[in-house]
Amino acid sequence: MTALVDTAPERPLESLESVVIRFCGDSGDGMQLAGTQFTNVSAAFGNDVSTLPDFPAEIRAPAGSLAGVSGYQLCFSSHEIFTPGDEVDTLVAMNPAALKTNLGDLRSGGTLIVNSDAFDKGNLTKAHYSSDPLSDAQVTSSYNLHTVPMTRLTRDAVEGLGLSQREADRCKNFFALGLVYWLYDRDPGPTREWILEKFGKKPQFAEANLRALQAGVNYGDSTESFTTHYRVAPAKLPPGRYRKIMGNEALAYAMAAAAKLSGKELFYAGYPITPASDILHNLAELKNFGIKTFQAEDEISAVTSAVGASFGGAIAVTASSGPGIALKGEGLGLAVMTELPLVVIDVQRGGPSTGLPTKTEQSDLLMTMYGRNGDCPMPVLAAQSPGDCFTMMLEAIRLAVGFMTPVFLLTDGYIANGAEPWSIPKISDLEPIEIKHPTSPPTNENAYLPYLRDERLVRPWAIPGTPGLEHRIGGIEKADVTGNICYDAENHEHMTRIRRQKVANIADAIPPQTVEGPASGDVLLVSWGGTFGAVRTAAAEARRRGESVAHCHLRYLNPFPRNLGTILSRYRRVLVPELNSGQLRMILRSTFLVDAIGVNKVQGKPFLVNELLKAIEHAVVK
Amino acid sequence: MSTITPLPVLTPKDFASDQEIRWCPRCGDYSILAQVKKILPTLGVPREKFVFVSGIGCSSRFPYYLNTYGVHGIHGRAPAIATGLKLSRPDLQVWVITGDGDALSIGGNHLLHAIRRNVNLKILLFNNQIYGLTKGQYSPTSPQGQKTKSTPFGAVDRPLSPLSVAIGAGATFAARSVDVDIQHLTMVLERAAHHEGTAFVEVYQDCNVFNTGAFEYASDKATKNEHCIYLEQGKPLVFGKQGERGVRLNGKGLPEIVDVASIASDDLLFHDEQADDPSHAFRLAQMRWPLSPEPMGVFRAVSRPTFDGAVVQQVQDVEAKLGPGNLDELFAGAETWEVV
Ligand SMILES: Cc1ncc(C[n+]2csc(CCOP(=O)(O)OP(=O)(O)O)c2C)c(N)n1
Ligand code: SF4
Repeated sequence: MTALVDTAPERPLESLESVVIRFCGDSGDGMQLAGTQFTNVSAAFGNDVSTLPDFPAEIRAPAGSLAGVSGYQLCFSSHEIFTPGDEVDTLVAMNPAALKTNLGDLRSGGTLIVNSDAFDKGNLTKAHYSSDPLSDAQVTSSYNLHTVPMTRLTRDAVEGLGLSQREADRCKNFFALGLVYWLYDRDPGPTREWILEKFGKKPQFAEANLRALQAGVNYGDSTESFTTHYRVAPAKLPPGRYRKIMGNEALAYAMAAAAKLSGKELFYAGYPITPASDILHNLAELKNFGIKTFQAEDEISAVTSAVGASFGGAIAVTASSGPGIALKGEGLGLAVMTELPLVVIDVQRGGPSTGLPTKTEQSDLLMTMYGRNGDCPMPVLAAQSPGDCFTMMLEAIRLAVGFMTPVFLLTDGYIANGAEPWSIPKISDLEPIEIKHPTSPPTNENAYLPYLRDERLVRPWAIPGTPGLEHRIGGIEKADVTGNICYDAENHEHMTRIRRQKVANIADAIPPQTVEGPASGDVLLVSWGGTFGAVRTAAAEARRRGESVAHCHLRYLNPFPRNLGTILSRYRRVLVPELNSGQLRMILRSTFLVDAIGVNKVQGKPFLVNELLKAIEHAVVK
Repeated sequence: MSTITPLPVLTPKDFASDQEIRWCPRCGDYSILAQVKKILPTLGVPREKFVFVSGIGCSSRFPYYLNTYGVHGIHGRAPAIATGLKLSRPDLQVWVITGDGDALSIGGNHLLHAIRRNVNLKILLFNNQIYGLTKGQYSPTSPQGQKTKSTPFGAVDRPLSPLSVAIGAGATFAARSVDVDIQHLTMVLERAAHHEGTAFVEVYQDCNVFNTGAFEYASDKATKNEHCIYLEQGKPLVFGKQGERGVRLNGKGLPEIVDVASIASDDLLFHDEQADDPSHAFRLAQMRWPLSPEPMGVFRAVSRPTFDGAVVQQVQDVEAKLGPGNLDELFAGAETWEVV
C-alpha cells in the first residue's frame, strides 16, 4: 500500500490532537459503512476512538427526505477520550437533507465536504430548502466548504466495468471515504482488503469500490481544493493488544466466556427489538461456545423460557429494550419468587411506548428498580461503555448465580452501537464462575428443603435429574425453608424481608465506590450508564479550569456500594446528569436524603461535554 | 463385565407428594391426577427425570401433588417455561398442565408456538369450559349462550375447539379423553407419554362447582356410546350401543350419519391417525356434540423431527464443522493492534 504522504509532498501535513468527523447522507448512501471503516482504520492505527452511529427510525424513508438521514460520528485522538465529541470538525454531507439536519453541529470554521451533484432541485425541495445552501453567504463564510461532484466522479471512476448507473452510484461512499482518508493521512490499505473480502464473489463490484476509493484519495491529492492535510498521532493507551468493540458484541463475548468459566451451558432467549437484536445475532453465531439461542414468540416467552432453562440448571439470559422489558415484568416476578438465577439486559432506548427506537435514553432505571408487582427487589447493574459491557455482563452472571436471583443489566443504544478500543482479555486470566448444585438427598427421611438458606440468605440450586431432590417451586408465596405453598401472614412478611435482605447483602460482594478527582470539595457529579464518557470528560475539564469537581460513576445501582452515602456527604453540591427526567436523582434523594440536583436531557442524544460544563459552572457559582 | 443396575420398581404411591390436595370435592382433576400417577411408574423413566410445569388455575396446582420436579408458573406461560427447560435439558421428560383459560386465552400464543415447533412436551389441557380459580367466568371454550358470572345474559362470542387449534398449528399428536373415563384416559395418556414431539391432550374435566355436568354426554357410562365415537386406528367411525350407527363422507366431503346396516361397510369413514395430511384429523375436531357425535381418542399421531432434537443437532453439526470455540480468537476478532 502506498503511503499517501509520499504522493503529496507539496501539501503540508499538520498535526492535530483529535478530530471529530461525521459522515451523513441518505440511509441508502452507506454512511454507517464509511464511518465504521474510518473507525477501524483509526483504531488499528493506534488512535483512541469513540463513535456515535445515528440511524433513522424508518428502514426506508423516501430517498432524499429529512427522515431518511443516517449519520455516523467518530472522534479519533492522540490522547485518551471518552466521547465521540461535542462539535464536528469535518462534516461530509451526501445530500441536502443530510446538510440540513447536521450542519448545526459543525463548528464554525469547520470543514464541510458536500456531494454537490446531489444538490438538485428535487433534493433541495425534499430537504425544504428554498434556495441552494451551497451558495448561501452564511454557509460559505462560516465553513471551509468543499463542493465535490462525487456522483459524477464516481461514475467516471467505475466506467467500463459494466455497472448500471444505480450500481455505480452506490460506490460513492467509498469516494467520500477515500477523500477523507487523504485529508487525515490514513492508510486505505485495510479498507481495500475489506472490499476484496466483502465483494470477493463479485469482482466487478470489488473493482468498482476500489476505484471509487482511490478516486477519492486522488481527488484530495491532486486538486487544489485542499491546502493542507492532517495527522493525528497514535494515543498512549495502556500497553496490550487492542481491538475495536461495540457494546452488544461485548455482551455476547461475555456470555460465551461465562459458559466456559462455569462449565455450564448458556441459554439465551430473545425477541427481536432495536437496539437489542444484535445480541441475539451475535450469540446465534456462537453455537460451538456452549451457547443455545432461542428466538421466542414474544418477550414473555423469552423471559419465561429463560426461567425454565434456569430451573434446568443453565445460565439463563434474556435481553430486550423498554417495551419488551415492560412485557417481561410478570416473568421477572416469577424469577424473584422462585429465586432462580437469570440476567436480563435492558438496552435502553427513547420511551415511553415505542418512543424513539433508534435513539438512546436512560429512562428505564425506575422500571428496572420498581416496575414489578409486589415488593420485588432485583439487583441492577449498568455498563458504562461498549467495552465495559463485557465486564458488567460477567459480573451480572456472577451475582445471579452467586445469589440465586434475577439481575438487571442496563445498557443503552449509545453504548450498544458505539465502539471503542478494547484491551483484549485472555480467557485464562478471567476468574472461574463457581456453581454448585446439591447432589445428595437429605440424610434423614425428610424431603429436600429448597428454601433452606446459607448465611447470605441464598437458597440452593438443585436441578431436575438429581435423585432425591425432587421439589416444586412457583410464584405463589412459599413457606420459609420448605418452599411449600403458604398463605400465612407472618410468613409472607418474613419472606418479603428475606428476599429484600438477600439482594441487599450483595453490597458485600461488590467493590466499594471510587471517585475521580478530589475526595471532598465543591461539586460531585454522580452518573450511571452510558453517560460515563461525557461526564468524566466534563469533570476533568472543570478541574483543569481550577474548579473543585469530582466524578462518581455508578455501575451498581441496586444495591449501592456501601460507601456511597459517605461519598455524597463530602461535597457541597451533588449533581446528577442523566438522559431522563431525574430517575437516579430521585433514588439518591430518597435513599440518602441528599439534595441532589438534576442535569437532565431527554432528546434521544448523549450529553455534550459543554452542556455538562455549563451545569457545573452554574452549580459552582450558586 | 458390566452389570445392568435395574431401575427400582416404582408405584403410583412413589409419585404422591406430601401436600394436601386442595381441589373441591368431586372435582374432575382428582381423577386425572390419579391416572397420571398410575402411568408414570410404567414409563421406564426415573422419577427425578420428570418435570411437571403448569400455569395458573385450579388445574395448574397439579405439580404440587406429584413428588417429581415441578414448576408452578404464571398464567398462560407454562408452554414457554417448558420450552426453555426442554431446550436446555433434552434429557428430561417434561409435562405441561394447563386449563382452557390458561392455554387458550392468556397463553394462546405460547401454546400455538410450542405445538408449531413440535417441542417434545406432553401438554394436558384440562377443559372445564369455565374459569375455576377466579370463580366462574366464561372461558374461550364455553359454549355460546352460557350464563356465567361475567355473562349473566349468556356468552355472545363463539368458542374455539382446542383440538382444531392444535391441529391447525400442526400438532403431531392430538387426542381427547374424559376425566372419569378411566381406561380410556389411561390409554390416551400412555400414548401421549410415548409420543416424540408435542403431545397435545384435551381432557374434559368436570368443574363440580361452577360448571358441573358440562360433559355428562361423554362421561355417563349409560349413554356415552350414543354421543361419542371412540377412535381406533384403521377402524371405521361408528357409535351407538352396538356400533349400529356410523359416519361417512357425503358428496361434498362432509361427514354424515348413517345406519351401518344400510350401507356397505367400505363406505364408512375410516380413521387414520397417521395420515400425513391433517385434514382428516381437523374434520374430526370439528365434529362437536350436540351437533354431531364427538370423536374421542387419538385424532392424530405422526412422526416429525422435534424442535429440541433439531436444536441439539444443529449445535452438534456446528461443533463438528467448526470445532470447539476458541475464546481467545473470538475476543481478538478480525483486527487487532498492539500498544507498547
Ligand atoms: C396475569 C394474570 N391474569 C389473571 C389471573 C387470574 N386468573 C387465575 S386463573 C384464571 C383462569 C383459569 O381458568 P382455567 O385456565 O380454565 O383453569 P381452571 O381454574 O378452570 O382450572 C385467571 C383469569 C392471573 N393469575 N394472572
Ligand atoms: S373450582 Fe372447579 S375446577 Fe376448580 S377445584 Fe373446584 S371443582 Fe375443580
